[in-house]
Amino acid sequence: MTGSNGALVAVRMIGIEKAFGGVRALKGVSLEVRPGEIHALVGENGAGKSTVLKVLRGVYRPDDGEVEIFGERVKEFTPQEARDLGVSMIFQELSLISTMTIAENVFLDREPKTAIGFIDDREAERLTRELCDELGIRLDPRTVVGTLSTGHRQLIEIVKALSQHARVLILDEPTSALTTSETDALFTLLRHLADQGVAVIYVSHRLDEVRDIAQRVTVLRDGANVITGEMAVIGPEGVVRAIVGRDVSAFERVERSAPPPGLKPILEAEDLAGERLPVDVSFTLYPGEILGIGGLMGSGRTELARVLAGVDAKRSGTMRLDGKAVDFRFPGDAVEAGIALIPEDRVSQGLVLDHSIVTNISLPILRRLTRRGLIDDEAALRVVTRLVDQLQIKTTSPQELVRRLSGGNQQKVVLSKWLAADPRVLVLDEPTAGVDIGSKAEIIALIRELADANKAIIVVSSELPEMLALSDRILVMANGRITREVSGAEISGWIGRYDTIEAARTYAEEQLTLAIQGVSQL
Amino acid sequence: MSDPRADRTPRGPSARDIVGRFRRPLRVDWQQLIIYIGFVAVFTFFAITLHDKGFLQQNNLLNIVRQTATISVMAVAMTFVLSAAEIDLSVGAVAGLASVTTAMGIESFGLVGGIAAGLATGIVVGVVNGLLTTKVGIPSFLVTLAMLGIARGTAMFISDTAAVPILDEGYNSTFGSGDIGPIPTLLIWTLVVGTIGHVALRKTRFGREVLATGGNQTAALYSGVDVKKIQMRVLAISALAAALAGMLYAGRLHSGRFQLGEGDELSVIAAAVLGGTLLFGGKGTVIGSIVGALMIGLINNGLILMGLEFNLQLIAKGVIILLAVAAAKPNRD
Repeated sequence: MTGSNGALVAVRMIGIEKAFGGVRALKGVSLEVRPGEIHALVGENGAGKSTVLKVLRGVYRPDDGEVEIFGERVKEFTPQEARDLGVSMIFQELSLISTMTIAENVFLDREPKTAIGFIDDREAERLTRELCDELGIRLDPRTVVGTLSTGHRQLIEIVKALSQHARVLILDEPTSALTTSETDALFTLLRHLADQGVAVIYVSHRLDEVRDIAQRVTVLRDGANVITGEMAVIGPEGVVRAIVGRDVSAFERVERSAPPPGLKPILEAEDLAGERLPVDVSFTLYPGEILGIGGLMGSGRTELARVLAGVDAKRSGTMRLDGKAVDFRFPGDAVEAGIALIPEDRVSQGLVLDHSIVTNISLPILRRLTRRGLIDDEAALRVVTRLVDQLQIKTTSPQELVRRLSGGNQQKVVLSKWLAADPRVLVLDEPTAGVDIGSKAEIIALIRELADANKAIIVVSSELPEMLALSDRILVMANGRITREVSGAEISGWIGRYDTIEAARTYAEEQLTLAIQGVSQL
Repeated sequence: MSDPRADRTPRGPSARDIVGRFRRPLRVDWQQLIIYIGFVAVFTFFAITLHDKGFLQQNNLLNIVRQTATISVMAVAMTFVLSAAEIDLSVGAVAGLASVTTAMGIESFGLVGGIAAGLATGIVVGVVNGLLTTKVGIPSFLVTLAMLGIARGTAMFISDTAAVPILDEGYNSTFGSGDIGPIPTLLIWTLVVGTIGHVALRKTRFGREVLATGGNQTAALYSGVDVKKIQMRVLAISALAAALAGMLYAGRLHSGRFQLGEGDELSVIAAAVLGGTLLFGGKGTVIGSIVGALMIGLINNGLILMGLEFNLQLIAKGVIILLAVAAAKPNRD
């Protein structure tokens, strides 16, 4: 390893440009990582982190700019070349085969051979054990991976990368599925690797972790560098400020009137618990209210949405709709009762891509569209055409396959489905994930309209500008529990504290970030 | 229609406005058409080459319909099964079993008892297949593969591997060899089952929920569809249709035999897929499946008239089906 050579830089990316269909995803991004350091790469969703990493891993060829790895200039931009230069990424979706042993996984496709060409399992096990010992991982290489915990699998994943002589290790949100002790074990291993001269690029939304593990940090925003420097110098607040300070004119907060006194809640949860998450959650929701639910990945916010909509079974606690206790066997019961979930992943959970817009939107309302046993196709087309108009879904025909629409328009189809079904409580999980800024603003406006029409709305989101713009109240979750409730007055207070809209929003986002991170207020 | 947005009405546009406002894409769906084109091509080919062997004679054409009626009936139900992204490999064996139970029922209890026994066979098998798939969670591929053996074995066991004759002329005529005027009753059965199937798949909530379940089970579930109930129902319908097909076999051959329907599961699935039903769910067409079944019958008939030996017939049939399915393969971008 050349890591001991102090003059050498492990990763040098300069002026990286990358555009997708005319949209500039990276606007001259630079990144420099030294051997033996743990370097945090942070920024909001869509800031360009994953694009930078894909360039580094040779998945994308940059339109302009230079990449050097340990002094060697990258020419081909192929995953093979990146691997040969020692760049290795540890995936969240682990790439291990669960029916094979640790040793078989580590040496998959490059197994040591015996003299006559058979696979030498013993040698593979010996080499794996050596690597594990070196890294302080106490696991038998003959253990079947499927029996290991997520944390251990992640460690094995790293062992596998190192066995392929990785010099630059990329980790993207590695702790999202780990327990505290597993996280500690991972950090110990990473520090150990850094001491040996490996360059570690650490991507995370969890600022407490970044503060603990990273020596230096690079912040990206809207495809450009904001700041790079020593973590200790910039500090967590500086990082937050760098992450959020941007033009958010699409996300203006609209003050909405509080529910009139004496109004009966539409939904009440009392000590509601799911199989694993959430844990004993209690809250009330009023008609016409928009309730935001914030929290980090794995905080239980998505699980809460799933329990409310009958996707996951509730283990204990009570849920009352209009004062009556309800118990959902499957989502159909919730839909029947008037609670609909717009799921996180529209492609895998919200849409039948190979069906038309009409077929998708009419699915929850087929009962209503049925006349004397048969579906009234003309009525369906009327309903759908009205929605296509109202939401400005860009399409040549309502009969167009949903697969052919853009992400924003697909999301509008999902929303239309539930506008047609007319539920009383609408739970939206990441309603604007992966859609462009224009569609985002439209979707936010639409959610507000629905609340004005007296629907009760729950918005689960990791996008803070959206949460601050929409929510009448925000519940913050961590480890499956509600840890804090941010009132509308409090949000208004944050925003009212500064004169310029820009500064006000930045401040509010900082405050909300700190609330979610569980750090006490500034 | 110079300004397509000019004639908007406040109560929402009528269907005619919609046609005007959205320029319909003139994309021809070759996948859907290929089976019909293929059918016409094969038919024309045989009509020319086998003209002097009586291919076009009314009796020969009606024979094709008679011989494919059982496959058609099962293919209609299979369209629902495949559309829901399930599969039923037990149809042929269930048809054989139902032919035996029907024949034995007629022998012991008369006409009504026989019909009841045949239908009950389908219902019992369907419920067992459905429960094992939805409640126990065994994939329908494995459940129905096991059921294939169980049904065939049961048919052999209860009939002592002997044919059970059916002497009730009324039964034989209604379910098999009879005609109404010039029309074979088997053609009428095919048309009735086909019409019910087509309307159910295209025009009812059940049909739409079947397609949604097969297209994206999670999305269907989140939309309020009881996907387990849908899966249960398609398997029950398939077994019931298989039982009806077995009763038609019994009527045509005036007896129940365990061998009836042997290997039909492949013809039935091939007919549906040929017709444009996706093997992995989300898309299905009942009319296509019937045309697919007729196409298979047509090929069988033509090859026999050509005087091909059975082994060559099998090879030719396999090649033609492969070609047709390859031509109908969806091309994803």
